Amino acid sequence: MHIIKKLALATTITLATISSQAAETIKVGVLHSLSGTMAISETTLKDTMLMLIDEQNKKGGLLGKKLEAVVVDPASNWPLFAERARELLSVSKVDAVFGCWTSVSRKSVLPVFEELNGLLFYPVQYEGEESSKNVFYTGAAPNQQAIPAVDYLMNEMGIKRWVLAGTDYVYPRTTNRILEAYLKSKGVADSDILVNYTPFGHSDWQSIVANIKRFGSAGKPTAVVSTINGDANVPFYKELSNQNVSAETIPVVAFSVGEEELSGIDTSDLVGHLAAWNYFMSVKSPENSAFIKKWQDFTKNKNRVTNDPMEAHYIGFNMWVKAVEKAGTTDTDAVQKAMIGIEVPNLTGGMAKMLPNHHITKPVLIGEIQNNGQFDVVWSTKGSIPGDAWSDFLPGSKDLIADWTSPINCGNYNTVTKQCGGQK
Amino acid sequence: MLSGNLLHMIKTIMTIHTLVNPAFSFFKKTISITLLSLCMPLFADSSDAAKNSHHYAEISNMLIDGSFSEKQQAISLIANWPNAGAIAALEALMNGNLLYDLRDRSLIASTEAVLMTVTPMGLTPYQGSPDYTDRVRINNRIRSDSRKILASLQLISDRREVRASAISEMLRQLDTQDLERIAIARAQESDDRIATQMDIALRIGILVNGESDTETLISAIEWLSHHLEPAAYNAITRVYKTHEDSEVTQAAKRAIKRIESKKNLFKNIETLFFGLSLGSVLVLAAIGLAITFGVMGVINMAHGELIMIGAYTTFVIQQLMPNNISLSIIVAIPTAFLVTAMVGIAMERLVIRHLYGRPLETLLATFGISLILQQAVRTIFSPLNQSVSTPDWMSGMLHINTALSLSWNRIYIILFCLFTFFTLLMIMKRSALGLQVRAVSQNRTMARAMGVRSERVDILTFALGSGIAGIAGVALSLITNVGPNLGQSYIIDSFIVVVFGGVGNLYGTLVAGMSLGVLNKFMEPWAGAVLAKILLLVFIILFIQKRPKGLFPQRGRAVEN
Repeated sequence: MHIIKKLALATTITLATISSQAAETIKVGVLHSLSGTMAISETTLKDTMLMLIDEQNKKGGLLGKKLEAVVVDPASNWPLFAERARELLSVSKVDAVFGCWTSVSRKSVLPVFEELNGLLFYPVQYEGEESSKNVFYTGAAPNQQAIPAVDYLMNEMGIKRWVLAGTDYVYPRTTNRILEAYLKSKGVADSDILVNYTPFGHSDWQSIVANIKRFGSAGKPTAVVSTINGDANVPFYKELSNQNVSAETIPVVAFSVGEEELSGIDTSDLVGHLAAWNYFMSVKSPENSAFIKKWQDFTKNKNRVTNDPMEAHYIGFNMWVKAVEKAGTTDTDAVQKAMIGIEVPNLTGGMAKMLPNHHITKPVLIGEIQNNGQFDVVWSTKGSIPGDAWSDFLPGSKDLIADWTSPINCGNYNTVTKQCGGQK
Repeated sequence: MLSGNLLHMIKTIMTIHTLVNPAFSFFKKTISITLLSLCMPLFADSSDAAKNSHHYAEISNMLIDGSFSEKQQAISLIANWPNAGAIAALEALMNGNLLYDLRDRSLIASTEAVLMTVTPMGLTPYQGSPDYTDRVRINNRIRSDSRKILASLQLISDRREVRASAISEMLRQLDTQDLERIAIARAQESDDRIATQMDIALRIGILVNGESDTETLISAIEWLSHHLEPAAYNAITRVYKTHEDSEVTQAAKRAIKRIESKKNLFKNIETLFFGLSLGSVLVLAAIGLAITFGVMGVINMAHGELIMIGAYTTFVIQQLMPNNISLSIIVAIPTAFLVTAMVGIAMERLVIRHLYGRPLETLLATFGISLILQQAVRTIFSPLNQSVSTPDWMSGMLHINTALSLSWNRIYIILFCLFTFFTLLMIMKRSALGLQVRAVSQNRTMARAMGVRSERVDILTFALGSGIAGIAGVALSLITNVGPNLGQSYIIDSFIVVVFGGVGNLYGTLVAGMSLGVLNKFMEPWAGAVLAKILLLVFIILFIQKRPKGLFPQRGRAVEN
């Protein structure tokens, strides 16, 4: 039954794309993996987009036209992301694309969006060190997630020894490079930092967890900063609880583990481990309650959870709608200009603003895992933090800024040499 | 710093109970007096109940509405309550079971859905309605503070295991203020193991107080060097780095060396255990393939998905019997075997049977099947991971000593792997089916001529191989993701194990899986997980170049053909 329904849906979408009513609708591309390793995370975002578009249509569409979703499946295959992006922009002629999860996939589609002058809304926390004219980054930059989390551990929990554990690819490597530089600038010795990388989908964590335990037994408070991504998290957390590593002895703060990842784990042994995000499902606000209700109605499952990247899409989509209304057209250049300065409510009771560097302002929240799979917010920043594209803690990017307004109009402008290093 | 009085006392107690050091015998007589005078303020009795009730409202307000640092203050106030009340309150708080009444703001402890009002004097039955309660919010700080204070209160508990966990908790983050309590508790301690731990703490106290003379220090270091407690090691290291007296630093150096060599030994044992347990997982995953690929010669790319189906079967069984987690795992084993065997039979009948003798086509067809199975699972169960709970008897660790503890979960998996392996071996070696399977695999035509129904044997063999994959899935569901991609992460490893071990040889699979596991784990600490995996693959490529038939090559006519 279910399969047939899905097939029917897919056919409808394809047919709708082929039929020549392009003039009457505004097309929105959805570029998320629906199969392969990343399907676990990205399918949810595809559904979120369908829900948001559906809702906008119920409100009467945009500029008097209906919105139409064009869903493609890049199948967790990085080169395929570029092909599908090209197809969306040049064949389906979509006006904006919401998509990608891993940084590898974003890097793979970036040249396509710049070449064909498209618009990409990227909803996931990432390593920074990038700002493209054609991309709006609605997830957190390192200064909106990693740095405040480390500050929290250092100041509130008195952590002195650090394990930086990550999956071996660009996001964890860059984030850990930034964190290492940051920790050293705070006077942490080399011998108090342990960096560890594991392959994608790593499943045997015994010796790594044992090693972390040994590292943590040196008499100084120790914490693990985890940039472990995707499927590898479940066996990692299972091994932590197997080896009795509790949040009180060695807390783990994760940047890629949200409500959805936790729904696959029995969390009773993980109570107290932390995550740093800009949104938690447990945050009480009228916007959030409404969003959760809509989502559970849309998916017809009252146990479905919401998470941070979903909020990023919510913000990104609303910003895009507002910018199109402001510009009065869906033309890429006009929307790009209109986007900067747009403000929309986020789901945690504040406002998100699009900055000239194509990043947004976000509050930073630290949550502790509860035994019901939710997070309890134990700390948050006073207000919103503006996203910083180029980290201040890396020697190479210290002097760089991104500013897509005149007169700079540049994604990596060097404030010392007054030169623009790339795309203009 | 310790007060001089206390220092004497610690020394005294140690003299009496463990060491015979004539220098301290003078203090023997004073012990009972010292103990008495110290006991009074430490274990405050219920005499100031009135003051407590005054505090109560204040404390509950701090816990309910206060910031986390106010909550920490509240905890230190609770510590002054009489033991029964303090322990009850802190235990509830630590476990996140402390609630409060929304109307009168009294604190309530909830233990296994029974609500009890918390008072300074202890627990009393809760009269109000559970609908008017809310949880007191806590964080890690609150948890660890409560645990710490709780430990010092429980040091004189009547129950042995409570005292044992209290002292090991205190050793984990030893505070000089705790030493007084430990010294007093030591005097009444009857259990040898707990007493030893307390002595460790007291001797660490000697190392850190900075007032002890050289002789005392050296004897304390010497004594501590026989123990593996990390706190002891850290204290000795600190003495080694900071002390001026070369005699002391020499002793510390010797002690560090001794502890480190012991620690290394246990570290190696631990690594070996990790290796064996990784090896067991590999063997479990590969052993079904050893039958279908090794014996029948079918390259089954959907083998991983059969494992995945086994894992999902476990999940479904657990959904069906949510109150019986332990039993559900036991039930899951035969069920998973049957389910995956059925899937295997369907695959064999519908697809593979038409492709015997065409390995390339089989490879492609089974790869296609694997994609279909993955997507089917994604459609039926959603692409999200599912959670399989571990039964209680499988969680926790077997503590051998402070430096070495093995998780039960892994021990069971090693045992389960060996059990499965030898059962399978018996089937292949001793049963009529096994005989026929071997006959068909060695010479199909001849076997048929002897009256073996080779087609039926094919079905049964494939079903057996698939069923074993399902059993592996049950084991894997307890240690890794239960998701649509579960199979993919094991298929390559499984092929490597089978090829490395020698196609068609079950013992080969066992030896290969175990040795790859152990090799991987010994390489991981110095090479890192990523490089270790690459090195292992390079090693296997070189090995296969040298010995194309694996560790245990199959002999016989069929092979020569």
